[in-house]
Amino acid sequence: DTVVCLPGMADETLFEFLHMEIVSHVYKEQQSSRGTMDNKVCSVVNHVSFYIFRLTRDSPSFKDELDIMKFICKDFWTKVFRRQVDNLRTNHQGTYVLQDNKFALLTQLSSGKQYLDQAPKYLAFSCGVVRGALSNLGLESVVTAEVSVMPSCKFQVVIQKL
Amino acid sequence: MSRQSNRATDSKKMNSELFTLTYGALVTQLCKDYENDEEVNKQLDKMGYNIGVRLIEDFLARSSIGRCQDFRETADVIAKVAFKMYLGITPSVTNWSPAGDEFSLILENNPLVDFVELPDNHSALIYSNLLCGVLRGALEMVQMAVDVKFAQDTLRGDSVTEIRMKFIKRIEENLPAGDDQHIYIASVGLNAS
Repeated sequence: DTVVCLPGMADETLFEFLHMEIVSHVYKEQQSSRGTMDNKVCSVVNHVSFYIFRLTRDSPSFKDELDIMKFICKDFWTKVFRRQVDNLRTNHQGTYVLQDNKFALLTQLSSGKQYLDQAPKYLAFSCGVVRGALSNLGLESVVTAEVSVMPSCKFQVVIQKL
Repeated sequence: MSRQSNRATDSKKMNSELFTLTYGALVTQLCKDYENDEEVNKQLDKMGYNIGVRLIEDFLARSSIGRCQDFRETADVIAKVAFKMYLGITPSVTNWSPAGDEFSLILENNPLVDFVELPDNHSALIYSNLLCGVLRGALEMVQMAVDVKFAQDTLRGDSVTEIRMKFIKRIEENLPAGDDQHIYIASVGLNAS
């Protein structure tokens, strides 16, 4: 098991624990009514969007919306969540479902049904990241996520027509 | 092992930019949540502690490091194995006290502060204080009570970042005082298979 970490790389476990602490902190704050979860997550994501911008800036030009979604499922998902989306479905009318069977930010939580009720908190950040990426690529969207058995989850992306 | 590119050859590695920016977002959020820098520093230390008590298990499982014989060995393991594994940097270990119970970690570059500048109204903020909590929490789980603080910080104009670590005492093997609301299982010995 290699312990080598190249410069410019950080360890995913450290990120996952940091992410869990952020979620835990935001929820504690929410209980003492210092602000809603949505606001907090947006703020976190705004800062992360700089990174997302850099990620998407050099991407090739896309011929249509589906092309962009495929990019999200492959290149983007690999860069941010370290693997590709397993399954993409669409109704060809602006709604997409992205299924990741081993979602990176859920693997530390459980495999199965334990803590299922906690899962949505842990997905809020990722939904924001996906929405931020799409926004940088010119698509406004609403992104939600659902989990039935961890660490598998489905992200639903609904592109907003302006 | 050749190092032609920065792409992850190990699936447990990720681009540190996402980590750095997420950390920056956290600190920014804490500054909004709390009125003063001291409180933010305390929160970062507490969150770091919560991470450290879990991270040590991951570290021991992946590094197959056995029990350290003394504090000098602990210092070397922290600098050459742990920092390298989790942040891709190798701080140097210097400034040992004559009693051998205190030393400094000098970080030439600190990945947490990439892209970061401290505004003037946050002069008391210890931006990377999470690291102190992580070290303290991790060592507590291997029966060492330590005091960890930043002695120098490039964000505040120093030429290097220096973390000072002091050994306080050995902890007896029972459940250490945990953080409120935090429940965890103490490590059972160091020889994780």
